Amino acid sequence: MADSLIGSLLEELSREPEGYRPAVREDIAVGLASGAYLAGRWPCVLMQNSGLGYCLNALMSLNLIYRIPLLLVVGHRGYQGKDAPEHLVIGRHGEAILKKIGIPVFSPGARDLPRALGAADSAMRRKRIPAALFIRPGVLGGSAG
Amino acid sequence: MTAREAVAVVASRLSDELVVCTTGYTCRDLQVVRDRPGNFYMIGSMGLAASLGLGLAIHRPQRRVVVLDGDGSVLMGLGNLPMAGAWGPENFLHVVLDNGVYASTGGQPTPGGQVSLEQAARVFGYAAAVKAATREELLARWDELEKKKGPRFLLVKCSPTPGAPSPRVRLSPDKITKRFRQAVKK
Repeated sequence: MADSLIGSLLEELSREPEGYRPAVREDIAVGLASGAYLAGRWPCVLMQNSGLGYCLNALMSLNLIYRIPLLLVVGHRGYQGKDAPEHLVIGRHGEAILKKIGIPVFSPGARDLPRALGAADSAMRRKRIPAALFIRPGVLGGSAG
Repeated sequence: MTAREAVAVVASRLSDELVVCTTGYTCRDLQVVRDRPGNFYMIGSMGLAASLGLGLAIHRPQRRVVVLDGDGSVLMGLGNLPMAGAWGPENFLHVVLDNGVYASTGGQPTPGGQVSLEQAARVFGYAAAVKAATREELLARWDELEKKKGPRFLLVKCSPTPGAPSPRVRLSPDKITKRFRQAVKK
């Protein structure tokens, strides 16, 4: 799914064959990625945190109970309350909502990104559940816009 | 033809297809009429059976994938249709049981009475989209669609199944995943 904070990553993935497919909504992206896992892949869903609400039912009634792992890479709009109004509530509570339902959340700065990615990946594989990597403004070069 | 009879007709035609089955009575009926490791019973996540089937079909192009969906769940996940049309997986067959109600929650009507779902599928780019209203038509349309390639859509007009519902899905969700992934590898 589109997001400015992870725009550079989306651009890079788009250059690879089968690197990136644009879905119409975040819960549908979770469904597609879950199908890819059943096919034997280790999928990743990229999205803006505004899509987390759409995903919650899929995460709770599909991934967590069927043990279908995914890596969720989430652009963190509304980080530290500095953003447009529509991003502030989910920006403040998104990580806590995911943690509350049992999804490991990692929110690294730029220097810690490789280590956090490794930790998210290993949590996802070990527990066979989704893990979330939040991308703050600037970590991948993108800014709120 | 009741919804359960329609499920039985579809099940009688299955060979090595991978089947993703939507939530509610459809899963429960499929388990009763023909349980098999290649059935993925999606007991929650209404609207996402087609998403799951599409992700599977794209990444296992050598396997035939059937999504067994309902009118209510297709309407909930309409966004799946343009993706199936645009990406065009050759191995994707979308079967939609249209009983006009949300059966497993008590038979409340779906808002789709005026909507021609097979026409919608055609507009969104499915390679073929047809309708069947009797057992004979369903068998005939299935056999025709099996010979074609590309995302195909089969709307099956049926009535809500009277009487007691089929029992709940017996396997735990994580066992369904394990069993299905084994079936995918074969």
